[in-house]
Amino acid sequence: MASDRARMLEVARSERVWPRPPVWAIGVGVVGAAFLLAYPFLFKTPFSHHLMILILLYALMAQSWNVVAGLSGQISLGHAIFFGIGAYSSTVLFIKFGITPWIGLLVGMAISALAAVAIGVPTLRLRGHYFAIATLLIGSSVQIIVQRWDWVGAASGLYIPINRTAPWYYLQFHTSKVPYYYLALGAAALAYLAVWYIRRSRFGFRLQALRDEPDAAASLGIAVARHKVMAFMISAAMMSVAGTFYGQYVLVLDPERLLSADISIIVLLMTVLGGSGTLWGPALGAAILIPLSEYSRIWFGGTGRTIDLIVYGLLILAVCIWRPSGILSLFEERIRRRSGGTS
Amino acid sequence: MSALLDVKGVTKRYGGLTANSDITFDVNQGEILGIIGPNGAGKSTLFDLITGFQALDAGQVVLDGHDITGLRPDKIASRGVARTFQKLKPFPDLTVTENVIVGALARTADMKLARDAALEALAFVDLLEKRNHFARELSTGQRKRLELARGLAMKPRIVLMDEVTGGVDQRTIPGLVDLVLELKRQGVTIVTIEHNMQVMMRICDRILALYAGRRIAFGKPDEVRQDPAVVDAYLGTTTHAA
Repeated sequence: MASDRARMLEVARSERVWPRPPVWAIGVGVVGAAFLLAYPFLFKTPFSHHLMILILLYALMAQSWNVVAGLSGQISLGHAIFFGIGAYSSTVLFIKFGITPWIGLLVGMAISALAAVAIGVPTLRLRGHYFAIATLLIGSSVQIIVQRWDWVGAASGLYIPINRTAPWYYLQFHTSKVPYYYLALGAAALAYLAVWYIRRSRFGFRLQALRDEPDAAASLGIAVARHKVMAFMISAAMMSVAGTFYGQYVLVLDPERLLSADISIIVLLMTVLGGSGTLWGPALGAAILIPLSEYSRIWFGGTGRTIDLIVYGLLILAVCIWRPSGILSLFEERIRRRSGGTS
Repeated sequence: MSALLDVKGVTKRYGGLTANSDITFDVNQGEILGIIGPNGAGKSTLFDLITGFQALDAGQVVLDGHDITGLRPDKIASRGVARTFQKLKPFPDLTVTENVIVGALARTADMKLARDAALEALAFVDLLEKRNHFARELSTGQRKRLELARGLAMKPRIVLMDEVTGGVDQRTIPGLVDLVLELKRQGVTIVTIEHNMQVMMRICDRILALYAGRRIAFGKPDEVRQDPAVVDAYLGTTTHAA
């Protein structure tokens, strides 16, 4: 009996800490990566580029939301704040001081992380729905303030002056969308890599522990409130990156749209649909919902704006009924649960 | 033997109800201390006060000479105090191994080391064969062993166990009792809450008896068993308690 146990311990110790993904998953990854790299050359229309740029940016935004909600279990309803901070930071620095948007990108990330501390420290200590309520209200307040703040363009917003001299320095590309595509792909790839790493780190394990059982997490030495605030900071900085790129892409900052609660809600919908807490769920959600809204706008014209919301509603309803943990959970469990154990 | 844990005059009130009233006891290094008392006697509240999950209204908790009164739960855990919960709290969406890794990460940030420590703890509680299952798939008895393994992976100096044999089918109780005795042999100090008096009388070095939030007896199992206040509390005789 005791020797059996010793033998089983030896077997278990010899297993890999992280099981190798199954062959089909590696295959899907390789094909997917090749497809994304070649995409602008496979599909050449500006619209197909535009569609994929939006999918990649939203995949990044949904992943940002996933860090705070999926990993640490805090529902944010104000993520548009950080999207706006990212767009406004780079734009204001460029317009007022001629500073390259690359610096603006970093400044936006820093301001977003600080804003996350300011919002998170008082609210993340509390259990229950205070965080969701606080972020919702602060999100609306920020929009109202920006719409009345003349220095940043108030309600009419800001236009980024066109500059064709040094596209990579000014982060403006006027002849092709392809550079934007690769920028969005690079940003999204970095974000997914970061979250992949976090999920395997001590920090990520602690987040997943406190998400499900904060008391048990605390009993194992985890500083619950501090970890939640740190997750919120990382999430905010990621969202800010998407804001800066989006601003540089459209070259118009409209506070009505940039800071709208719609943005906060859509990243939530994408993540929940794809699989909250999973690595690829947010990307899957973005890949489903963005084409849905773009094509419905094309097919139904102006009225299409509401059609996509109806379909969103039905999709979310379906997921809640049949697969509350999201579409991706169907696959993720099969990968995570190794065949080593007997049942 | 010196006292590892010193609990002095601990008191907790909820409005008009006093859940713990001026409770004093100590736990020696390497002993098994049992806490008994009928439902509502304040046993679990006492655990919450010692481990920082609830704020105490009066009193002091001293661990190895250091005052830990009023510290946050994670700070107290980091000083080597592990606990299990009466209402089990496994991390349902993590596998069994991953659950225990969370405990092991209290001592190392290295995933491989944490995983190996977790496997050792799982071997100790005889849960290795379930290591790749999700925690939500386990039975109650297995969950209790999982929680114990999670706490032990922190390599604590003292473990507070809240009803490890409660709600578990009778056949698995001897296994759990052996675990507790083996822990003691390894030098871990144990405080355990149990309803099973036979088990308690057999394994405990000393017993603390609570009734309605007050300490009614504290001492060797035989003394506590014969204490009139304890007999009164358990059997409801007409003897008047002191």
